[in-house]
Amino acid sequence: MSTVKDTWKKPPFIANPVMRYGLYAAVAIYFVMTLATLPIDWDRVADGMSRAQRIFSGAFPPSFDRAGLLFDGFMESLKIAILATVGGIAVSVPLAFMAAGNIAVKPVYLLGRGIIIVARSFHPVIVAIIFVKAVGFGPFAGALTLVVYSIGFVAKLLAERIEEIDFGQVEAMRSAGAGFIATLAYAVMPQIMPRLVGLGIYQLDSNLRASAVVGIVGAGGIGATLANAFGRYDYDFALAITMVIVGVILISEAVSGFIRKRIA
Amino acid sequence: MTNQSLNQTLDHWSRFTLRQRLMRYGGLALTLLIVGWALSSIDVIWAWVWDAPSQMADLFGRMMPPDPSNLPSILEAIWQTVNIATLATMIAVVVSLPVAYIAAQNTTPNKFALWVGRFILVSSRSVNTIIWALLFVAIFGPGIVAGIVAIMFRSIGFLGKLLGEAIEEIDRKPVEALEACGASRFKIVLYAIVPQVMPAFFAVAILRWDINLRESTVLGLVGAGGIGMILQGAIDTFNWPEVAMVLLTILALVVVGEVVSSFLRKKVL
Repeated sequence: MSTVKDTWKKPPFIANPVMRYGLYAAVAIYFVMTLATLPIDWDRVADGMSRAQRIFSGAFPPSFDRAGLLFDGFMESLKIAILATVGGIAVSVPLAFMAAGNIAVKPVYLLGRGIIIVARSFHPVIVAIIFVKAVGFGPFAGALTLVVYSIGFVAKLLAERIEEIDFGQVEAMRSAGAGFIATLAYAVMPQIMPRLVGLGIYQLDSNLRASAVVGIVGAGGIGATLANAFGRYDYDFALAITMVIVGVILISEAVSGFIRKRIA
Repeated sequence: MTNQSLNQTLDHWSRFTLRQRLMRYGGLALTLLIVGWALSSIDVIWAWVWDAPSQMADLFGRMMPPDPSNLPSILEAIWQTVNIATLATMIAVVVSLPVAYIAAQNTTPNKFALWVGRFILVSSRSVNTIIWALLFVAIFGPGIVAGIVAIMFRSIGFLGKLLGEAIEEIDRKPVEALEACGASRFKIVLYAIVPQVMPAFFAVAILRWDINLRESTVLGLVGAGGIGMILQGAIDTFNWPEVAMVLLTILALVVVGEVVSSFLRKKVL
C-alpha cells in the first residue's frame, strides 16, 4: 500500500520529456534573444513620453468644430465600402466557381486558387499604395483596393461552400441535358445563395472598417481626413475622428450581426 | 372526375408567394437605389477610371522583371517582420489571459471588473494596427519596438475576446467539483478552467500569429519597422523592379506562414 503515490500531478501537455523541455527551452531562447537584440533607445522613449503627453493634451478635449468635414469623409467611406462590396461580389462569384475543385477543371481551378491566394496575401494598405500610384489619389483607388480585399475573403469562403454542395441537383440537371451555365444557375446558385448573402453583409461591414485605414495612404474616405488631421497636428480633430470611427464600427458590427442572424 | 380536379388546380408552380416576391423585388430595388446613389455622388474623376487599365498595365510593365539585387536586405527585413509578429503575439497572449479572465461572465470577480475587461477588449479591437503604430512611433520613435507594441495592443483585444468566449463556454462541472472540495480560486482556474480552454487557446494564438504576420508587413509604412520600410523606400524612389521583388517576398512569407500555422494547428489540436 505504501508504494502507491498519495499525490496526483497534472499530466504534462507534451508527453515526451525531451520534446517538452526542448520546446520550452527553444521558445525561451528565442524570446530572450530577440528581446535582447531589440534596439530600444531609452532616452528616446523618455523623450517620447513627453511627446505622447503633448499629443494627448493636444487631443483633449476632442474637437467637433469641423463636423461637416467629418461627415463628408464618412459618407465617402460608406460609398467606397458599398461600391467595393458590390464590385467585389461581382468578381468573387465567377472566381469562386473557378476555384471550386468539384466544378472547375484542374488548370482553371489552379488559376482561381492562385488569384485568391495573391488577393489574400497582401494587406489592404499595400494594395492601396500600389493602386494610388497607378490610378491616382482618391476614392477610386480605395474602392479598387477593397474590391481586391473582398475577393480574398468572399471568393475563398464561397469556393469552400461550393465544394460542400449536394451534388445530386447537378447530376439531375446534367442528366436532363442542361448546359454548363444552366447547371450553375439552377443547381449550384440556389444552394450557395444564403452563404453569399451572409458573406456580402459581413464584407460590407469589413470594407467600411478597412476603408478607414486605406485612406491613410491616400485612398480617400475618412482615413484621408484622419491622416490630414494627424499631419497638421490637429490632434483634437484626430481624436474626434477616431472616436467617431470606433462608434460607427461598433454600430455597423451590431447591424451586420443582427441581419446575419436573421437570415441564417 | 380527375379531369375536373386538374382544371381547378393551378397550372403553374412558383417558388415564392406574391408577398415574398414583392419583398424580394423591393430589396433588390432598394439595393440598386443605394448603389446608384453611391455611384452618382462619389467624388471620382471618371477620366482616371477609364484610364485605369492602361495605367495598371504600365505600372506592372515597369515592375518586370523583379530586381533581386537588394535581396539580402529584403530578407533581413523579412526576418525582422517575423520577429515583430512572433514576439508581439507571445507577449499579447500572456497579457490577454487576465483580460479574458475578467471579461468572461462566469469568471469575472465583479461587475466593475467585467466592464473594465470589456472596455479594454473593445478599445483594443476598434483601433486599427496602423493607427496604434502611428501613436507608438510618436512615443518610441521609428523602429521595430513601436511595431511590436502596436501589434501587441491590437492583438490583446482579439485574443482576449475569443479566449473570453472560450471561457464562457466551459463545462461548469469540474469547477463545481473543485469548489466542493474546497480548492482555492487559483487552483480552480489552474485545474478546472485552464485544461478546458487549452485547445481554444492554442488555436486562437496560432490564428492571431498568422494575422499578425500579414499586419506587420505594413507597419514599416508608418515607420514602425519591418519589410514595409523597404517597400516604402522603393516606392518613393520609383524603383518598381525592387517593389516587385518585395511584393514577391511578402507573398512567399504569407504562404509559408499559412503552411506553418496549419501544420501547428494539426500538431496541437
